[in-house]
Amino acid sequence: MRLRRQTPAAAVPTRTLSFGTRVRRDWQMLVMMLPGVLFLLLFFYIPILGNVVAFQDFQPFLGISQSAFVGMENFVSLYDDPLFWAALTNTLKLAAVQLLLFFPVPLILALAVDSLVSNRLRRMFQTVVYLPHFLSWVLVIALFQQSLGGAGFVNNLLRDWGFGEVPFMTNPDTFPLLATAQLVWKDAGWAMIIFLAALASVDVALYEAAAADGAGRWRRMWHITLPALRTVIVLLLILRIGDILSVGFEQFILQRDSVGPGAAEVLDTFTYYSGVVGGDWSSGAAAGLAKGVVGALLLWGANSVAHRLGEPGIFQKREAA
Amino acid sequence: MTATSDLTSTRRWLGTSRRKVFGASQRPVWKEQPNAFYQLVKAVLLGGFALAIIVPLLVVVSTSLASDQDVIDAGGYVLWPKHPTFHAYELLFSGGLVGRAILVSLFVTVVGTALALFTTITLAYATSRPVVFGRPVLLLVLFTLLFAPGIIPMFLMVKQLGLLDSLWSLILPGALSAFNFVVMRAFFMNVPQELIESARIDGASDFTILWRIVMPLSKAVIAVVGLFYAVGFWNAFFNALLYINDTAKWPLQLILRTYVLQGSSLSADQLGVDPPPQTQSLQMAVVVLALIPIAMVYPFIQRHFAKGVITGAVKG
Repeated sequence: MRLRRQTPAAAVPTRTLSFGTRVRRDWQMLVMMLPGVLFLLLFFYIPILGNVVAFQDFQPFLGISQSAFVGMENFVSLYDDPLFWAALTNTLKLAAVQLLLFFPVPLILALAVDSLVSNRLRRMFQTVVYLPHFLSWVLVIALFQQSLGGAGFVNNLLRDWGFGEVPFMTNPDTFPLLATAQLVWKDAGWAMIIFLAALASVDVALYEAAAADGAGRWRRMWHITLPALRTVIVLLLILRIGDILSVGFEQFILQRDSVGPGAAEVLDTFTYYSGVVGGDWSSGAAAGLAKGVVGALLLWGANSVAHRLGEPGIFQKREAA
Repeated sequence: MTATSDLTSTRRWLGTSRRKVFGASQRPVWKEQPNAFYQLVKAVLLGGFALAIIVPLLVVVSTSLASDQDVIDAGGYVLWPKHPTFHAYELLFSGGLVGRAILVSLFVTVVGTALALFTTITLAYATSRPVVFGRPVLLLVLFTLLFAPGIIPMFLMVKQLGLLDSLWSLILPGALSAFNFVVMRAFFMNVPQELIESARIDGASDFTILWRIVMPLSKAVIAVVGLFYAVGFWNAFFNALLYINDTAKWPLQLILRTYVLQGSSLSADQLGVDPPPQTQSLQMAVVVLALIPIAMVYPFIQRHFAKGVITGAVKG
């Protein structure tokens, strides 16, 4: 102890300070953490505990503490509920179509934009395509309805030209395509940003060397550009997979009426309608909980597959931060 | 090679030019000459995508500004108003449901953004420094990225707090987003340690350091995160659907859904005017009103996007 006291205060490594000293030293920082931590408790961690209603026969007038525990019964009844399975099937179907048809679009756009020679054009294009990301789903669907709906201007034109009406917005069979089109319209431009940034950091000397060796534009794209984007592509894929079960909640709840629950009912809307609207709180919570757990597992699974393939994935990056 | 020099060289071979030289002199020698076919494909792809975004917006704005006669002549939609008028907007602002909804949305957006920025900045700053409990708190936040509590437990919590049918139910649950937190914290980590230490030696408290030194250095990121929050609050639809029953407290997004998507018409009563108005341009005017605030801030913050998003995406 005596020895340590002789060293100058600044040279003492933080770790040797006692806990009490550190709390006293950092009290202002602790005060700063307070609002955020309070928020996390109130609107994240306590609600997570609230998921116990999934294991209860929850009665709103009795509250969580008084309602009877029923174990896994709610999950069993979900298992027997054809509506739940329909919602699950729809979710997976919509997610698959969106993954397949949405995911490549930003990449293709980014490659096309990146090869533009004129910077003015680049900037103009980017300004336009970022915008829809900031519009709400209500607005996006309103715009789609005004454009493609039965009374929308595209159908007005089609009628004028004598083609008759096309029910773009209300046909349950083509709904996955419509939903993907909406997603592309809203977010493809935005998703492009990350690819563009990755493209901008590729060393030009690589292209030059490849060209000197006789590689044409497609070869350069295949052997330089795409490998450079690999990490980013994997990262975005993982995030997307973690999100698979929560495909655009607002998007579907807004269109459930016009397309019908047969095509637009997803796990989240099922939870909402059976729980909040139908008053069957427990089975709604059970569906929601199942969804959350499976989503987290998917994310974790996709990430560990990425690790196996030698990609950094998401979690490692976070530790480095 | 550093990131900046990468960028400049990239710009160079892409042909950055204020001199409007798009020709061969701007292209690296090893690049192929432009090929008419690929150029056509690119023009169709990019031009088509941009038009698909612009045209619907243009039609909506034009129709909202068109006179009733224009709308009837065009059979519902106008690409360019021949007799522009603000009649629809005057009707909407003459009082009643829509005017109130705009006030509600503005209130929620302004108060919510201020509160969310406060929570995010303080938490992000505190966890960006080696501080007691800094690490566990950081993990608490990051865990929220993986898992969501679910709709029903959230509803029960808001109900338990007595916030149903209160505007606070739209504000408080959005007062911190882990994504924005990550962006903010990544930025604070890059503030030089020496700056903070020298301020501390001069006797500044942690609050002073944050307020007088760190925040002025972080204006760009605060602007971007603020915009993300503001857009989120302005666009929030589902929370309102869940927690707000009283039509007097409806935000604009619920009005949009009820009167534009579901096609109920705004009655003369709800508008506080006598003759029933022409609905088409009225509906479009509601759409435009929901659009305006975003279109207004968008150009100012746009140039900061790339940076903010990339930090968030890579580290988040």
